[in-house]
Amino acid sequence: MNVNIMIVGVGGQGTLLTSRILGGIAIEKGYDVKLSEVHGMAQRGGSVVTFVRYGDKVREPIVEEGQADVLIAFERLEAARYHHFLKKGGVMIVNDVVIEPITVISGAATYPVDVLDSLEDKYRIVKVDANKIAEEVGNQRVFNTVVLGVAARHMDVEKDVWLKVIENTVPSKTVEINKKAFLTGLGA
Amino acid sequence: MKKLLLGNEAIARGAYEAGVKVSAAYPGTPSTEISESIAKYAEVYAEWAPNEKVAAEVAIGASISGVRSMCCMKHVGLNVAADPLFTCAYTGVGGGLVAVVADDPGLYSSQNEQDTRLIAKAAMIPVIEPSDSAEAKEFMKRAFELSEKYDTPIILRSTTRLSHSQGIVELLDRTEIEDKPYEKRVDKYVMMPGMAKKRHLYVEDRLNRMAADMATDPINRIEYGDKKVGFITSGIAYQYVKEAMPEASVLKLGLVNPLPEALIRSFAANVEKIYVFEELEPVIEEKVRAMGIKVIGKEIFTRQGEYSANLLRKAVLGVEEYEAPMAGLPARPPVLCPGCPHRSTFSVMKKLKLHVIGDIGCYTLGAVPPVSVIETTICMGSSISTLHGVEKAKGKDYIKNWVCVIGDSTFLHTGVNSLINSAYNKSSGTVVILDNSTTGMTGHQDHAATGKNLKGEPAPAIDLVELCHAIGVKRVRTVSAFDRYALTAALKEETQADELSVIICQAPCVLLKGNVFKSKVFVNSEKCIGCGACITCGCPALAKSDKKAKINPEMCNGCGLCASFCKFGALEKKEVIK
Repeated sequence: MNVNIMIVGVGGQGTLLTSRILGGIAIEKGYDVKLSEVHGMAQRGGSVVTFVRYGDKVREPIVEEGQADVLIAFERLEAARYHHFLKKGGVMIVNDVVIEPITVISGAATYPVDVLDSLEDKYRIVKVDANKIAEEVGNQRVFNTVVLGVAARHMDVEKDVWLKVIENTVPSKTVEINKKAFLTGLGA
Repeated sequence: MKKLLLGNEAIARGAYEAGVKVSAAYPGTPSTEISESIAKYAEVYAEWAPNEKVAAEVAIGASISGVRSMCCMKHVGLNVAADPLFTCAYTGVGGGLVAVVADDPGLYSSQNEQDTRLIAKAAMIPVIEPSDSAEAKEFMKRAFELSEKYDTPIILRSTTRLSHSQGIVELLDRTEIEDKPYEKRVDKYVMMPGMAKKRHLYVEDRLNRMAADMATDPINRIEYGDKKVGFITSGIAYQYVKEAMPEASVLKLGLVNPLPEALIRSFAANVEKIYVFEELEPVIEEKVRAMGIKVIGKEIFTRQGEYSANLLRKAVLGVEEYEAPMAGLPARPPVLCPGCPHRSTFSVMKKLKLHVIGDIGCYTLGAVPPVSVIETTICMGSSISTLHGVEKAKGKDYIKNWVCVIGDSTFLHTGVNSLINSAYNKSSGTVVILDNSTTGMTGHQDHAATGKNLKGEPAPAIDLVELCHAIGVKRVRTVSAFDRYALTAALKEETQADELSVIICQAPCVLLKGNVFKSKVFVNSEKCIGCGACITCGCPALAKSDKKAKINPEMCNGCGLCASFCKFGALEKKEVIK
């Protein structure tokens, strides 16, 4: 069986880096793996989705509705937008922050603040204010690695493997802070 | 060594391993990373050309001289490169020549959803189509071999999903290919009627030979399973078939033009019910139907958008077991970045109530709320000539409140020809070049006016003002995109002038490396009355909270545009120490 992970967020939040770390994990564990990314126009502050699938043999590079084992969301509204991609019993890791889309800023729509409430019964939802934790760690920008650390609690991968892959994937100047952010998220 | 590579990186790797020596391209999502990736190999000469036609001709020249060469483009770039490539199909090649063309089913970043296979058919150019990164690398190498064997350019067709997915690829060493000796061959390389007639016959024969040979070539393969149901498929769609119905029989086509008739017949003879599963147009389906074989295709599979395993399950098996998305959530469309100079420029045009003819780039986002100023977008370079057409149809006075906008890279792509036309044919229009010193939307590629080339080396930079003067435009001026006062004056004056004018609106893209913003804007809540005027500038860093303006300090780049919308001086631009 393949493991299906979906990372959703707002263009510019660094979903690509997170999916590439997960791809590195799959390689390290000796699995077949495919990732799917979004480049170009859609990246400009829009809703973005990246997929990671690994296992013995991966065919399609995307995760579809009802298939995600883990949904990592970097923003609350985006978590709700893609909730139906989770499979039954799947876990949702939410960076519980609000980034208002332009439709809300301009007054055309209202941000549904309690949007996750109705989902609590259906899925395991783990909320974290990763932006705040990242700031405490020392750099607000590594919030995505904090979220990844929280997600790692729900994945069967050893800590050392995570740290090795993070070291090989993130820019060399940011290795230490990313490791720290990851471990804080992991709660280790 | 095994490595995770994007489809685009794998294509570049395949070209590298195949001994390619020259690569030329113009950036275009989803093809851009092929060139960025191949540029990293010291053995390969790689360049950004001003447009795809030039890139194709560079590759043709390199091929005629005897080396393996390539050009890369997105699907609509193929239209621009069609002229040389259609005739290159006649001349054939010296060294192997591959045009990589990336289609965009689902329109992630394009103005249309055209299918390259149809154009290739018209051009009589063979097309091969890989289904993942590993195959992309292998097929790229095959493409060069086939190009040389059959004396033809080859199109390697990708799609957004393939180009932007990563998969495991086995890296091999580069094979250095000996240059073929250059031969003066007027019969082959001078396409005037007498020679071209003979080559046309050669092209027809070549396609027939190839179709016959490829029926037994491993590039096309049959995977028999349950013979009650079978799929004829190619490219990424193959992966969706294997995902959704792994037990079904599959004819996987690697070469999609010309189609291997004998192989298709043999598959059809062995499988009861056949589906043709191909994204976009029914290219394979129509051929198979024309062979008299009964298949199911576009009557149940859409021509629009991307396919998936779920799409196949739903159409063929009728199952839809997943939950519906949540209704009524606010959309999150892409927007111009905080600090984007285009927002400032558009705010002035909006205030002046100008009709704005648009072009292709990030600034196309100026067509949608909250900016909503752009009224047309057709293709690269079209804005200047479209405005010219409006003027010639309706007269000078009609366009006194019209302008066109075009980015610096797009201007050099094909806008220059249009400006030549406007000057020559006495237009009085106002052309605004949105000069942000880069090719923005595709991810910041250099171009002929940035002073750097694809290899990152210093390069001559075209002076846009001088270029416009040389074309014959007398009224050329530059203005800062953030100087709304000066821009207002310039636009008022130039739109009223009875002569062609160019306003070059300058400010570097906010995302350009090295573009450091030292300021941020802060809300003085004592002065803010919560009127919301600043919000109308459309910056995503702004919001309203507790009846006051709020600025997200992480997003704000301190351009100060919002402050110029505030009558109460409540938004204050302050220098921040970084």
